[in-house]
Amino acid sequence: MSALHALSTAPVAHAGLDLARIRADFPILRQRVHGKPLVYLDNAASAQRPKAVIDAISECYSTYYANIHRGVHLLSERSTAAYEGAREKVRAFLNAASVQEIIFTRSTTESINLVASSFGGSMVKAGDEIVITGMEHHSNIVPWQLLCERTGATLKVVPFTDAGELILEEYERLLDSGRVKLVAVVHLSNALGTINPVKFMIELAHARGIPVLVDGAQSVPHLAVDVRVLDCEFYAFSSHKLYGPSGVGVLYGKQALLEAMPPYQGGGDMIRLVTFEKTEYADLPNKFEAGTPNIAGVIGLGAALDWLNAIGLDAVAAHEHELLDYATALLQQIPGLSIMGTARDKAALAAFTLQGVHPHDIGTILDREGVAIRAGHHCAQPVMQRYGVPATARASFAVYNTRDEVDALVKALWKVKELFE
Amino acid sequence: MNDLRDLYQEVILDHNKRPRNFRIIPQPTHKADGVNPLCGDRISVYLDIEDGVIRDIAFQGAGCAISSASASLMTEALKGKPVDEVEHLFEAFHNVVTSECECPRGLGKLSVLAGVRDYPSRVKCATLAWHAVRAALEKRKEPVATE
Repeated sequence: MSALHALSTAPVAHAGLDLARIRADFPILRQRVHGKPLVYLDNAASAQRPKAVIDAISECYSTYYANIHRGVHLLSERSTAAYEGAREKVRAFLNAASVQEIIFTRSTTESINLVASSFGGSMVKAGDEIVITGMEHHSNIVPWQLLCERTGATLKVVPFTDAGELILEEYERLLDSGRVKLVAVVHLSNALGTINPVKFMIELAHARGIPVLVDGAQSVPHLAVDVRVLDCEFYAFSSHKLYGPSGVGVLYGKQALLEAMPPYQGGGDMIRLVTFEKTEYADLPNKFEAGTPNIAGVIGLGAALDWLNAIGLDAVAAHEHELLDYATALLQQIPGLSIMGTARDKAALAAFTLQGVHPHDIGTILDREGVAIRAGHHCAQPVMQRYGVPATARASFAVYNTRDEVDALVKALWKVKELFE
Repeated sequence: MNDLRDLYQEVILDHNKRPRNFRIIPQPTHKADGVNPLCGDRISVYLDIEDGVIRDIAFQGAGCAISSASASLMTEALKGKPVDEVEHLFEAFHNVVTSECECPRGLGKLSVLAGVRDYPSRVKCATLAWHAVRAALEKRKEPVATE
């Protein structure tokens, strides 16, 4: 089964999902806001953390924290082992060939900037082209614009349909220019919920010798990703949408490419030998990890992956898919509500507008009902421009969300209508 | 629902649905754009000032109920006022939407936005149009941001 079809073909395994137990793992969910039970539906912005993650961070700081890769003392050895252990967990999570291909960063954004700066800076020249899509998050637009400004390269954008599906004929046409040096594409759109056919898109790019970066910030919590099946050159994601701590990102890169690329930042931990005449860089992955990293955060991400693996991404996906279907059916019954993003292959979120009510007003009113959603442009202003709206409201789901919470969302939306009519 | 009614008062809902002075002044003496980077809302304000008096004021743009109603109410409040009074009114209005102080006299209908004080994330929506007017009076070329 290819990773990109994981959702549509996954067996309905949610029978095995013990929602009450899962919810009990999240202390933050046990609270009321404005006197109402918290209904947290802003998971695409950032998910919450299970106790296992909070405990892992706490245990690190309480019992064995020290800087890594340097000390000869016990605490440093323990911290190094835990940090590198988390790297192995990420490797297994992505099915990468080697831990040398797993680089820890601050965020998805930094992972993409690393590639734009290091790969882009050394391999992209004036006249070259970078292909992105019309549904990218700003973090997969701006780094490439900066690169184009620096080098004189040009940014090309794959358009998408009203339903929110990429127009692959246009994509192929752009690839055929003979000048494309890199494709950067989002796996799961944070503004539309579209799951892009990245495996097919990578095949098309590879047929022309073009490497591909996949922005996986939204996809990793919702569908199983196998970087060797996808065969992408780079895969970027962050921990905080994956039930892990904020401030930790991951960049997967194919080893040969990473070895050929110059360092991103200079500093400690990324060197083998420094003299004032010349510096020899460390081997992968340290070459790209200058400075003391977010040690406890990385260890927390490892704990998040253990927690998620124990449930199983297929079961998570099936549960979320059922929630999305349920929510979509109820939302469509609200007069004046339009769902933005109706791709056939879709996951995890419903973005919508309500006639006559600005999304920010929806967000405020829902908040008073205990329902946390995102209202705004979702850091994807070109998507808003594509549909001619200033903003949307977005409810995004995680493994701990329930049908009752979808009911609370819908009930609150009816209140919005009542107030505004 | 009751506390939401404090924010979304009838006057606000009315000005949101039927904003006053929602048009372009073709040849304004002063004009500026305001943006709220948080939500992407944009507003343009146009002023026609003669002998230090705001003869006409209008706005255009897309925003939430709070920012639209605030802009609409602001144009009503400022039309016919001497330019010198804008700063004073803005200050008084800003106090009303940010602090628990008694509503200063002379704010008239603008005080219906007092409920915003309980919604800190929405203060910028209420003050966007005012920031734009201030920028227009200072003849700023770049859009003014609320951040």
